[in-house]
Amino acid sequence: MIIWAIAAIIFWLAAWIVNIYLSRGKPSRLSRFLIPTLFGVTILVLWEGLVVGLNISPIILPPPSAVAVKFATSLPILWQDFVQTFVKAALSGYIMGCGAAFILAILIDRSPFLQRGLLPVGNFVAALPVIGIAPILVMWFGFDWQSKAAVVVVMVFFPMLVNTVQGLTESSQMQRDLMKTYSAGYWQSLFKLRLPAAMPFIFNGLKIATTLALIGAIVAEFFGSPIKGMGFRISTEVGRLALDMVWAEIVVAALAGSAFYGIMALIEKVVTFWHPSQRQQ
Amino acid sequence: MKNLVAILTIVFAIIVIWYGSAYLMNKQWTLDQAERAGMTVSASEVFYDTMAQARPQLPAPHQVFTEIWETTVEKNITSKRSLIFHAGVTLSSTSLGFAMGSLLGIVLAIGIVHSRAMDLSVMPWIIASQTIPILAVAPMIIVVLNAIGISGLLPKAMISMYLSFFPVAVGMVKGLRAPDAMQLDLMKTYRAGSWQTLIKLRLPTSMPYLFTSLKIAMAASLVGAIIGELPTGAVAGLGARLLAGSYYGQTIQIWSALISAAVLAALLVMLIGVLQNITLKRMGMTQ
Repeated sequence: MIIWAIAAIIFWLAAWIVNIYLSRGKPSRLSRFLIPTLFGVTILVLWEGLVVGLNISPIILPPPSAVAVKFATSLPILWQDFVQTFVKAALSGYIMGCGAAFILAILIDRSPFLQRGLLPVGNFVAALPVIGIAPILVMWFGFDWQSKAAVVVVMVFFPMLVNTVQGLTESSQMQRDLMKTYSAGYWQSLFKLRLPAAMPFIFNGLKIATTLALIGAIVAEFFGSPIKGMGFRISTEVGRLALDMVWAEIVVAALAGSAFYGIMALIEKVVTFWHPSQRQQ
Repeated sequence: MKNLVAILTIVFAIIVIWYGSAYLMNKQWTLDQAERAGMTVSASEVFYDTMAQARPQLPAPHQVFTEIWETTVEKNITSKRSLIFHAGVTLSSTSLGFAMGSLLGIVLAIGIVHSRAMDLSVMPWIIASQTIPILAVAPMIIVVLNAIGISGLLPKAMISMYLSFFPVAVGMVKGLRAPDAMQLDLMKTYRAGSWQTLIKLRLPTSMPYLFTSLKIAMAASLVGAIIGELPTGAVAGLGARLLAGSYYGQTIQIWSALISAAVLAALLVMLIGVLQNITLKRMGMTQ
């Protein structure tokens, strides 16, 4: 059995040497993709080898192969949880929260007084453990997805608000003067100059909010939920010590989170193609 | 001064809205009680009752602050009902996790800046690691670590560590790369090795980045500690107060735990801000 662990460690060393070799070479699209992939595969192999080789109980840490089997055999449950937590709670809350913050940011942008007052308060709230509001919102909106969506709204609201307000101040005085000489009204200069200039900040807020939305939806389920949902499944399966199922849910969460973030980053690339950070090096 | 007036106006508006919503949300319960008792209540009686219910839908601000006053000043610190005791429990795992996370973040950043292989292979996974909602896994980490005999402070601190290493690592990579080519070339003409360059140029240059990311990391590790307290069976800590409050419908208790968590977060972030000011001033880096 110990041979597994040794084999895994040998694989790790080999992969490390290959990675060093690859990173010495000319940076290309292939090596940019290959090196992190190899690193990820190495971690999986090391994990599998050590768990099997050192005979670690699956109650403490199931090997990746067991997780994969569990994942493949319980697709209907995972899909049901995904719909409940991600599509219904996280996504609807994300859209409502970011939308509301965006609109409020544009409204307070017209009043410097509100800006001076709301920005410090917003910054303060954005740093707070907002997730603590979950039990209260579960009490108000009931156990189903509505309360989870409410938690997500509260969590994504302030980061989005702060980022948008800051983004709207991003256009320079010179540019605003130019709009004035074109005799552009408030709305024209908003749509043609200030919103486009704010886009990098807005997308920064949107990207931060993707992770927060998923976390909010899952954690809110710990405080009470119907008998489906990713957070519900995780807390009950931990209680039954069925850790392969927990890891399968983690895989779903990681895939959903990465895909959500990736889609946002992709849209950002299309919308803010002009920004220095998006140009090809 | 102008800012202060604006901020105070907003805070005042929030309190007014809070009172208004407390009245609206608690009204129904008062009316139901009166109807069951067969009494009619006047509008002012309804208003007074909504401000003083034992288990309101939304407690009025003064109820929450009375509760905080009673559970901090008037209770013995060692008492299990003292909020200071619970805040102390949360603070200890927060600070342990914060220390471990910042250290891990700095070490990772130094490795990434010095080894190209590490930069290319580890950096994408550091970013990917944060798209995993780790808080969701917190119960499992607590239970599993408990099963192999690690209990108490460390499991909670591990969750804080996982949350706080990321901002530090990313910020420090940026900070350690902040010296420009001219400065690095100067170090080379002095024949400084990479260790000397790190100590004498890269680390000092990275200080502003470090403090900014430490603030984020501190807030994140407090959240981690609070969530970490949920699955331990609500024994002690602000997270436990939240969970116990939500089990027994003690809304005032939930709100007071929430407010003290907010105050704790604000104090910790302010503490780092003060350290930042002192350090940067002594290094001559403030404008």
